[in-house]
Amino acid sequence: MTVAANPVGQAIVWINDPLNWTNPGGMLDRLGEHLTISALAVALGCLVAWPLGLWLGHLGRGAGLVVLISNATLAIPTLALLTILPVVFASGFGKTPVVVALAVFAVPPLLANAYTGVRQVDPEARDAARGMGLSSGQLLRQVELPLAVPYLAAGFRTAAVQVIATAALASFVNGGGLGQIIRTGFGIGIAAGGGQILAGGVLVAGLALLAEVVLGGVERLVTPRPLRRGRQRLGRPRAADATGSA
Amino acid sequence: MSFRLSYRADPGNPWFSWQYVRDNSDTILAAVREHASLTGRAVLIAVLIALPLSVLAYWFRPLAGPILAVSGVVYTIPSLALFAFIAPYLGTGATTVLVGLVLYALLLIVRNVVAGLNQVPPEVREAAEGMGYGRWGRLFRIDLPLALPGIVTGVRLATVSTVALVTVGVLVGHGGLGQLIFAGFQNNLYKAEIMTAALLCVALAVVLDLLLILVARLVSPWSTRRAR
Repeated sequence: MTVAANPVGQAIVWINDPLNWTNPGGMLDRLGEHLTISALAVALGCLVAWPLGLWLGHLGRGAGLVVLISNATLAIPTLALLTILPVVFASGFGKTPVVVALAVFAVPPLLANAYTGVRQVDPEARDAARGMGLSSGQLLRQVELPLAVPYLAAGFRTAAVQVIATAALASFVNGGGLGQIIRTGFGIGIAAGGGQILAGGVLVAGLALLAEVVLGGVERLVTPRPLRRGRQRLGRPRAADATGSA
Repeated sequence: MSFRLSYRADPGNPWFSWQYVRDNSDTILAAVREHASLTGRAVLIAVLIALPLSVLAYWFRPLAGPILAVSGVVYTIPSLALFAFIAPYLGTGATTVLVGLVLYALLLIVRNVVAGLNQVPPEVREAAEGMGYGRWGRLFRIDLPLALPGIVTGVRLATVSTVALVTVGVLVGHGGLGQLIFAGFQNNLYKAEIMTAALLCVALAVVLDLLLILVARLVSPWSTRRAR
């Protein structure tokens, strides 16, 4: 068991070396990779989960399916999915399998919140819309969808933060991203690389927390004022919060 | 039978191979053992820390916000980063993995226990007070038994996600079954090894989950008719 002498000091030195920022494979490169992978994965997840969740919510069916998907993905180790997908795609270790693997983990919060968002619409509003002669499609687009927006935003925040967190693990399958900095540090060894390990950890954690704060703000912005109170009740987990993290 | 079929389809690298399982049963069993023991210890420690924390948050409402917020922030930190924070101080041992796992499980348990405690109906609380229960008596005889569904949900969620998280311990060489997954990846994508370990991971999560449901039934015979 080796322990670094002064990890914090080492980390500060490492972060203050400009070469560690601009080198090929330096912090800026890795940050770019990280953001690209995450953005693509979240986009892919939205493309799959939102239409499905809204549609199931509109029909009022498939609650069991939504719960099953959430629980199943909670039990699947991220590492297993990241290593298995490249084999399935047989495309070597490009970005695609990593993006798909991450998108799988983005689906549950997106799906669950899209579903809940439509289901929580006041049945009276739905009846009124039907009484006004709206068709099923119009009901979904003009009534249920706008009322579900706060939930969609909450799901988006949860999914995005989770994907950004999980993307750090892409480094295990040589997928790049900020996790690579930590892995390289461990490669050097804790005694010499302790600072780099710690610096990488700060970057990864900082990015995740930043995403959480920024997207939390977005979530507040798109939530109409009257809906803001009461939804953040203490100790009451929303569907999105129960789906684990990497 | 199935072994022969898969052997013919892809002689070099089948998805699953009994041969691999037989030849490496010692390694696999050791990995399962490490995985289960890390999970068990992490959840146990997390419960021991989470229960007092939740009771604090329940008794002293002003503390509820900060306790949930801090554990929420810890939960947002990616696992890899959390291990990276701990490793330079605790070294590359199983302790590093254990501490990380406990920190993660903490939030899931605290949040669900607090929710469970808050669900205790105020009438019941007042009735208990009227019957002369003190703070501690009420906690052990009324509040905690009534919060049991929340506690069970929290422990189950924490257990299942901890099983999945242990694999990230590969970073410091103590990833249980994750060790096999990663070895399979490095070993020219040995599919049988990756698949076996991944399936065992999921199976372990399911088994532990069922075990917890069973325990919950045993300790709360009055709620057997509840679905969750």
